[in-house]
Amino acid sequence: MMNTINKNAVQQVATVHSNKRVGAYHQILINVGEIVKSCRPGNFVAISVGGDSSRMILRRAFAISRVSDNSQYGGTMELIVAPHGSGSKWLCAQAEGSEIDIVAPLGTSFGIPTEPINALLVGGGYGSAPLFGLADVLKSRGCKVDMLLGASIGSKIYAPMEGKRSVNSLKIYTEDGSMGEKGRVTESLLEIITNRGIDVIYSCGPMGMLRAITELVANTEVIHQCSVEESMACGIGICMTCVLPVRNEDGSTSMLRSCIDGPVMDGSHVQWDLVGRIPEAHP
Amino acid sequence: MTLPVDMSTTLANAWFPTPIFTASGCASSGKELSQFFSLKDVGAIVTKSVMTKPRHGRPTPRMAETPSGMLNSIGLQGPGIDAFLANDLPWLLEQKARVVVSIAGETIEEYSTLARKIRSASGISALEVNISCPNVENRGLVFACDPDASRRVIDGVRKTIGGELPIIAKLSPDVTNLPEIAKGVVDAGADALALINTVLGMVINLETMKPHLGGKTGGLSGPAIKPIAVRAIYQVHAALPQVPILGMGGVSSGRDALELILAGASAISVGTASFGNPTALITIQNELRELLVARGFATVQQAIGYAHREETQ
Repeated sequence: MMNTINKNAVQQVATVHSNKRVGAYHQILINVGEIVKSCRPGNFVAISVGGDSSRMILRRAFAISRVSDNSQYGGTMELIVAPHGSGSKWLCAQAEGSEIDIVAPLGTSFGIPTEPINALLVGGGYGSAPLFGLADVLKSRGCKVDMLLGASIGSKIYAPMEGKRSVNSLKIYTEDGSMGEKGRVTESLLEIITNRGIDVIYSCGPMGMLRAITELVANTEVIHQCSVEESMACGIGICMTCVLPVRNEDGSTSMLRSCIDGPVMDGSHVQWDLVGRIPEAHP
Repeated sequence: MTLPVDMSTTLANAWFPTPIFTASGCASSGKELSQFFSLKDVGAIVTKSVMTKPRHGRPTPRMAETPSGMLNSIGLQGPGIDAFLANDLPWLLEQKARVVVSIAGETIEEYSTLARKIRSASGISALEVNISCPNVENRGLVFACDPDASRRVIDGVRKTIGGELPIIAKLSPDVTNLPEIAKGVVDAGADALALINTVLGMVINLETMKPHLGGKTGGLSGPAIKPIAVRAIYQVHAALPQVPILGMGGVSSGRDALELILAGASAISVGTASFGNPTALITIQNELRELLVARGFATVQQAIGYAHREETQ
């Protein structure tokens, strides 16, 4: 029996190539070498934070926003990090040349269609980061790629110039109206789906947004692949803390690990109403 | 170069090539870590405590990082014993890993039922009887907090399983008189003791101003509890020097492992350290070997309980 869990994951010491502030976020490029070859849009990286004598004992998981295999620097991995907690603040404070301990790539990736389709990418806050790498891949497969980004305020919208080139259209929403349209990404979602003949939605952002999208497309033919967020201790499937209730084919519910069976899941399989609760006992 | 130290150890009649094991509940059933090291290279894989039926566990959030530690509130999520014996155990044995199977029950009868199923499986090195999981709905069900209930669980398992397979009783540090509980389970038929399970704790979320974990309380693990583990092992080894101890609690370096061995542990389980470092077991094992050499020990056996030597001379 072949083991398929964590099958491409490697633990290694990597060097920070660059660290730039972009709006409310840090764009961090890491020299990771060969592992870029096995990184797919949607995968994540688990990083040790705080140094050897840190009182923070757990790795932090970050979505890989994109990878590139540059002839000059070798493989690099890009992360978009919001300096919120003590772990992400530490990472955002790492200067060029700093060494960090990473485990990557981890988790599931976004399913890439074999035929050209109409894709809608929906990002909330820094959740937009992995969508630009995904957009590149979809474009290279001949897909039409539209993107909706939302955040509470304009400085929390992450939309790099080069990223804008890889999408056919980009619409921005902010709750305070400080950038783009005032409102939420879900407001005209159904209209967009119909007008543009959307086949697949790829989303990444807060759980509330993912749930709202799932509910909006429930009675349509649209497939919704979402990247979920649940707090993790290990990122490699051994701690069982990051579980989500997911419906099985027979109608029963399993508590699946978002690090192994996610982060990318089919939104229609997630039992959003049961998140944070215990499902009924097994039948 | 391999240094000339005999790393082998025993827990009752079970032999292990090294004293570094995974900790129950921190390695699932081995597949996840096998990407990072060969499971046969460590002493044993102690599997996640399994119950008779599949179980969802407790609601999320199940985790909170704390200073030098973490709280977990998993609640024994697992596939149930039948699926475990059909899928996980054969896979582990195929990897040539030594396997310590951990079981947990809600009732004394459930432990005996589990023991009956384990009896028919072959290839297991030892049975860990987890009577101290803090994440059950009813704290009254933490058998290891009650000397009488602990004895009855172990007695039931011993009678069901017969005399061959070593039984390791996993105890809680959250008791007033740990040596007394340890004596009780040994009298009831436990061959070895696993010390310590997590320490019951709580974190309050300052945004919601309510307990952060879905299960409200959780088990504290990580370096924060290591001194509690050292104390517990030392106390129990002093009271029961002939009973082997599988020591655990915040071990994240070879130094930590040696400290627990000197206190009286015959083998060490590494749990939370694997969350932060998937290759922690291998690193700890290598560091321990060097530390033993540096202190002039030729075998792990010589170091077990060495911190007690003044009292015993």
